[in-house]
Amino acid sequence: MLSRIGGIALRRREASIFVAGCLLVLYFQFTTSVFVSYDNIGTLTQYAGATAVLAAGEVMVLICGELDLSIGMVYALSPFLMYFAQQAGVPLVFAIILGLMGAALVGLINGLITTLLKLPSFVTTLGTLFLINGFTLVISGGFPVQPESSQAFANVMGGNAYFLIGWAIVIALILQYVLTQTRWGLHTIAVGGNLDGSTEAGIKVKSIKIRNFMLCSTLAGFAGMLDCFRIGSIDPLAGGNEIMFMAIASAVIGGTLLTGGVGTIIGALFGAIVLGILKDGFTLSGVSAYTFDMILGGAIIVTMTINVHLNRLRERGRV
Amino acid sequence: MANKDNDLVRLENVAKRFGPVQPLKNVNLRVGRGEVLGLLGNNGAGKSTLMKILCGYHPASEGKMFFDGEEVNLRSVTHARQLGIDCVYQDLALVSELNVYHNMFLQREPVRGGFLGILDNKRMKADAQRHLDDMGVNIPSVDVEIAKLSGGQRQAIAVARSVYSDARLLLLDEPTAAMGAKEGAMILDVINRLRAKGEVSVIIIAHNYAQIFDVCDRINLLRDGEIVFDKRAEDTSVQELTDIVVHEYRHAAETLNE
Repeated sequence: MLSRIGGIALRRREASIFVAGCLLVLYFQFTTSVFVSYDNIGTLTQYAGATAVLAAGEVMVLICGELDLSIGMVYALSPFLMYFAQQAGVPLVFAIILGLMGAALVGLINGLITTLLKLPSFVTTLGTLFLINGFTLVISGGFPVQPESSQAFANVMGGNAYFLIGWAIVIALILQYVLTQTRWGLHTIAVGGNLDGSTEAGIKVKSIKIRNFMLCSTLAGFAGMLDCFRIGSIDPLAGGNEIMFMAIASAVIGGTLLTGGVGTIIGALFGAIVLGILKDGFTLSGVSAYTFDMILGGAIIVTMTINVHLNRLRERGRV
Repeated sequence: MANKDNDLVRLENVAKRFGPVQPLKNVNLRVGRGEVLGLLGNNGAGKSTLMKILCGYHPASEGKMFFDGEEVNLRSVTHARQLGIDCVYQDLALVSELNVYHNMFLQREPVRGGFLGILDNKRMKADAQRHLDDMGVNIPSVDVEIAKLSGGQRQAIAVARSVYSDARLLLLDEPTAAMGAKEGAMILDVINRLRAKGEVSVIIIAHNYAQIFDVCDRINLLRDGEIVFDKRAEDTSVQELTDIVVHEYRHAAETLNE
């Protein structure tokens, strides 16, 4: 029985990070005694929600063998596009859609430059990272603004902590379904796993990559909107590289490989939640933010080491 | 050129030059419908170049190619594949991260729900299993990832996939290279079944001719960019081929000593 559970834990990539999360919850509940409470779980989701949405899109890009560094900046840009559209008289819902289309456009540019001009996506998105950051600062003049909406609407769009995590979970479930049950998902894995073989088989590899860049950027824009309604402010300096690296960290400790072909959205959701648990738990226990970064760094290295070696075992068919 | 109509593919006076190098001088080759041709030759005889011309990777510098009775000018690998000419590479073709049936159906997946493209896994699984059984490919389950299979099993699956995608001419480059006896036997069994059915023509490139001799209808020998030997398998023997190869080696050794 135990060995069977162990077997499942080793086979399912999401399982190890899930177990780690449960252990952390138990530990923090034991040491702080308020960890599992309505209010604290609300706080926890604030740490995890937007990161999980960003990570979901990033996983798709990582699986097809690319990397998107610009998501933290799209996260900041998209709410501003929404804001300016609204200022120009566009109703809120359409302003949101325009904001998301702007984000998708960034993804399209990332995808086109990477596939047609054959730049490594690291370089492409490093470029768009600075470009978009500068653009957001220019159009905003560097000052934050406030989103205009009813309180009820803001609550649904992430103002309420449970709605926030709800969005993250629904998006993760939908994308996990897309990844494992549709042609798009299958081709994404194929392109990342064997680019030449996929091309040979007739898969439109460029189209797959471009679509995933667009999906990833759109989700980054959406994550930015969720957080702007949560915080009640649209800040040109919000998100940025920190949330981008947190999203990539979530993906990686959730079981997604940077080399492509392998990844799980649910794992990235768990990864984001575990990082949230750590941050929240340390805050409650009074541990400093500096320590948190050290632990995050250690966690990435340890989980990656385990991942790489488990993979070897999996490939030999031992597990 | 007897019974021309029975040829699926025919090359006439094909030459290939890369600058000053001329790997193929004058190749005349034909493969009948449902025929298995063994193409033998030393390293450097031009086997790979010939294969690449056949699968549309290189254009020929001179000569004509006929496929199914029509003269063709292969523009690309994709063009060749559209005609039904499929080159099977052991490592290139399959995605290690995907399971067997997803690989079998890659880019031709049956879907439900129209534009959503939801995979019909049940159907793929059943069809893949039936097709592999049919071809005598033995694997633990169509659910396993390709990464967990042996080289022989991968090769067999790659062949099965090509046949399933309505290939009419299969090009197998050293299909049993780097394989144990048992694994090689499975591949040869797969080829034998194809031959019994007679729906697909096959060209096998090999330099271990003893191993593939039994599955071939005809043997061609390529030397210095020309076909120098063309006999039906029943009219020759492994012994005769060995004599030719030994003679070649001796001849090469003598010219070296002079």
